[in-house]
Amino acid sequence: MRKVVTAPASVLSRPAAEVDPADPEIVRLAEDLVAVMRASPGCVGLAAPQVGVSARVFCVDVTGHPKAATTHGTFVLCNATILEAGRWRPGREGCMSVPDLTGDVKRAARIVVEGLRPGTGEKITITTDAFEARAVQHEIDHCAGKLFLDRVAGAHAVYQRKIYL
Amino acid sequence: MHELAITVIGPDRTGIVADVSEALAAVGANLTDSTMTRLRGHFAMTLICTGPAEAEAVQALRRVGGVLATVRPVEPETGTAAAGEPYQLSVHGADRLGIVAAVARVVAAVGANITDLTTRLSGPLYVLVAEVDVPAGAGDELAERLAVAAAELDVDVTLRRAESEIL
Repeated sequence: MRKVVTAPASVLSRPAAEVDPADPEIVRLAEDLVAVMRASPGCVGLAAPQVGVSARVFCVDVTGHPKAATTHGTFVLCNATILEAGRWRPGREGCMSVPDLTGDVKRAARIVVEGLRPGTGEKITITTDAFEARAVQHEIDHCAGKLFLDRVAGAHAVYQRKIYL
Repeated sequence: MHELAITVIGPDRTGIVADVSEALAAVGANLTDSTMTRLRGHFAMTLICTGPAEAEAVQALRRVGGVLATVRPVEPETGTAAAGEPYQLSVHGADRLGIVAAVARVVAAVGANITDLTTRLSGPLYVLVAEVDVPAGAGDELAERLAVAAAELDVDVTLRRAESEIL
């Protein structure tokens, strides 16, 4: 199982490279990302830089999450870009790569995103909203070398993450 | 390694943060957690530093003009903070004596812990915003008690869960 890297790690801070979705290495990376996501309690998305690989690949699965509306199950996208974004909403988010902090971040509650499916390289367009949209934006940010810390809403918008019993 | 609790306050001006933090860096003081903000024209800095002995930090801050500084050695944080459910508390209404005292007492009475608090007085309007760690399951009770206190103070109180989603 690949290990999740935490900030400060340079791989989290640099824009990741475009990938060839048909490359067997990328297909294996995609499978590994899903495996790490499933093995991590509460994890709803994971981007390649978070496992130390500077590549524009991420997976998301928000199935069953109380804040999700539209859901597309488990999916992996390569070289994803946001085509449309709207209905900006604040929300507090954390990240497996920044384990001790959370922050208030504005995200679009409705997005259209385009990317390539690993393996076939088929171009897919996903229209989504609410929590799935937030998760996708968070992962696309990872692929661009951005953390939620780069987007927090102000000097008082970073919080020590609470330890739940 | 010494751990120091430092407060610095002075009339706000361009460069006050640079001057204070440079003076501390020059004696090897490493800023860990800090909060710095402008309060009615005064710039207030509260910080925890590691590194130099108390006397060195005092000397360094003495060289920064026009600020009032205090330095005291503290013990490093031990263990983890009590776990609770995070809530955001907002209070606003006509300014009067004792709003913070009354609200904070209600929070303490249910065993909840204020982890961050800001107040602003803007003309006649008083605003309090706080982050509160509430013992599991005590949120409803706190909300009820706050409503009673708010009626007595004639202010509006909102307590809402500050849920964070780990992505």
